[in-house]
Amino acid sequence: MSNAAAAAATSPSADAAKSPLARLGAAFVGRLVIIIPYLWLLFFFLIPFIIVFKISLSQTAIAMPPYTPVLDFSGGISGFFDQLKQLSIDNYTWLTEDALYFNAYVTSVIIAAISTVLTLLVGYPIAYGMSRAPATIRPTLLMLVILPFWTSFLIRVYAWIGILKPEGLLNQLLLATGVISQPLIILNTYTAIFIGIVYSYLPFMVLPLYSSLEKMDYSLIEAAKDLGCPPTSAFWKITFPLSLPGVIAGCLLVFIPAVGEFVIPDLLGGSQTLMIGKTLWNEFFANRDWPVSSAVAVILLLLLIVPIMLFQQAQARAQEQGK
Amino acid sequence: MKSLGSIRRDFAPWNDPNAKPYIQFDNVTKKFGDFTAVNNLSLTIFEREFFALLGASGCGKSTLLRMLAGFEEPTAGRILLDGQDLRGIPPYRRPVNMMFQSYALFPHMTVENNIAFGLKQDGMPKPEIAARVAEMLKLVKLEQFAKRKPHQLSGGQRQRVALARSVAKRPKVLLLDEPLGALDKKLREETQFELMDLQQKLGLTFVVVTHDQEEAMTMADRIAILDKGEVMQVATPPEVYEAPASRFVAHFVGNVNMFEGKVAERTAKTTRISGATGAQIVVENAGDAAAGADIVFAIRPEKIKISSKKPADAINALEGEVYDIAYLGDMTVYHVRLDDGQMVRASTMNAARVTEDPLSWNDRAWVSFRSDAGVVLTR
Ligand SMILES: Nc1ncnc2c1ncn2[C@@H]1O[C@H](COP(=O)(O)OP(=O)(O)OP(=O)(O)O)[C@@H](O)[C@H]1O
Ligand SMILES: [Mg+2]
Repeated sequence: MSNAAAAAATSPSADAAKSPLARLGAAFVGRLVIIIPYLWLLFFFLIPFIIVFKISLSQTAIAMPPYTPVLDFSGGISGFFDQLKQLSIDNYTWLTEDALYFNAYVTSVIIAAISTVLTLLVGYPIAYGMSRAPATIRPTLLMLVILPFWTSFLIRVYAWIGILKPEGLLNQLLLATGVISQPLIILNTYTAIFIGIVYSYLPFMVLPLYSSLEKMDYSLIEAAKDLGCPPTSAFWKITFPLSLPGVIAGCLLVFIPAVGEFVIPDLLGGSQTLMIGKTLWNEFFANRDWPVSSAVAVILLLLLIVPIMLFQQAQARAQEQGK
Repeated sequence: MKSLGSIRRDFAPWNDPNAKPYIQFDNVTKKFGDFTAVNNLSLTIFEREFFALLGASGCGKSTLLRMLAGFEEPTAGRILLDGQDLRGIPPYRRPVNMMFQSYALFPHMTVENNIAFGLKQDGMPKPEIAARVAEMLKLVKLEQFAKRKPHQLSGGQRQRVALARSVAKRPKVLLLDEPLGALDKKLREETQFELMDLQQKLGLTFVVVTHDQEEAMTMADRIAILDKGEVMQVATPPEVYEAPASRFVAHFVGNVNMFEGKVAERTAKTTRISGATGAQIVVENAGDAAAGADIVFAIRPEKIKISSKKPADAINALEGEVYDIAYLGDMTVYHVRLDDGQMVRASTMNAARVTEDPLSWNDRAWVSFRSDAGVVLTR
């Protein structure tokens, strides 16, 4: 009796004292959850980007690091500002003067665009099939799509050399079955690059497509058929438009890394293919021209930001429509 | 026996032996794996009929509609539409439109385009489509929502779009799966009458699924009562209510009092039933129940009179005690425990504001009814 009375007497005041604190704590945790990813971005994206941007404004030098000026405070504040004055946009003007860079950018974008379309064409039927498969086997199918990630990317691309080279598996098979009489030259061509990119990036296309197709209510297709729409037409009028968010996400996930792709063109595309990732690598490691390669990287980033912004805008618009 | 009739007195093709059935389910069975959703079911629906499928959840109503629309093929039996076997005809070639239980509105299209979808599919000229869409929007009172997307509508509004979309093509047969489930009572009643009106005006055949018996009663020419994939009774609403074919139907539609018993004596005009608990009941319409047969006497609560003294002229009068009273405004429902233990439900219209013979809890009371007030059920 006295216990209960005491509890009744203390509990409201304890509540009153505790709940604002608790609320403050909750608010802080809530903030933290937002702040941590931003700190992450700041440290691992923004700061390195500023360093790269600064290097792109420097000049090459035979030194370590191989550029000047190296910003420091050894000369005090005024010395620091003197160093800043040495920065210039020469490297960027250089990029515009040598057609090599322009061509490399254009080729990269074109190759990435074609590969993206090819990946979409290959990935869509896979994702569609998965989303229509019996619910019990879908997790297995999903697993199979992700399975290649368990092996090193590099090894998988090397494996393609073994398949595509003139005396490789593919040619042996085609020759043996009599489909061709001369081995096909695929390795070290753009075709090999397309094959490599489509193969490597397929999961990035399939997963977002699958997730948007799987959500779709099948009764919509039934309703379309019921209203006189044959299956093919129902696909283009209902299924495809409703999977567009997945199509856009998948295309960007393939296009963006494909533009800067280095390993695939280097290993499968041979020496004469001109992609910006390879150019960057050459500038950096072969020519040891850090400032120019940094400028190449900055331009590449700007080039990629455009599709990302477009994507975000499209998403924001979709959100506004409440989709 | 007086006729129980139909709502539309001039429309009763099911009584006409020469009438040609429009939709025919012939011994249709539908199995999902081992589960039998529809079991050897036969049904006949006539042209221009407003036909309701009534049954508890999971009894196979939607499955029946889906077979008619072409989304499921019967495991056995056949479905005929206007004499043509529908087997193998895909949904998009059937002159049948369906309003889905889940509405299935196209989320990426405006209300307008949802309604126009089927019309465009038919290649109807643009101005005609616009006119038809406007007409449909007016019908479902959604004129000002034409440009909205489905997700910007309330549940009831979505349901009306679904309705408009399915009616827009003026199909020969319109299938409606729980068309009014999400509407509030008032709008629901309004829409019921609008549906009936529409069906009359356009001369369409409607098959509507519902588990709301009042709705089925209001709208339908005939009702099929289903249980576990089988037809229990097909009849007009008054027949279903006043002459249920079985205990199940009597129970399923409306409230009913049931007296288990035996046929004690049959004469030319009347039959005496001896209740299992001792009550003696005299009825006129005992059907084909033979003397000695185990039967159930079913009587609706509103056909039972309740009074504090034994009515002088009543053929059937049983004594008991008032157990419970529910005042519902328009009527009062009494639960009376008879002296033999049987509970009886009697309802009285509150025609006057004050009752002369007020009854209260635990009062002694008499329940009485005429000899033609109930039915004898052998099944
Ligand atoms: N595709 C299917 N696979 C397996 N079982 C199914 C399938 N479709 C329906 N069923 C089963 O068949 C039975 C009848 O289903 P149906 O949808 O026709 O019921 P219903 O009468 O429309 O019920 P409700 O009033 O709840 O809509 C249910 O028991 C259901 O579980
Ligand atoms: Mg249903």
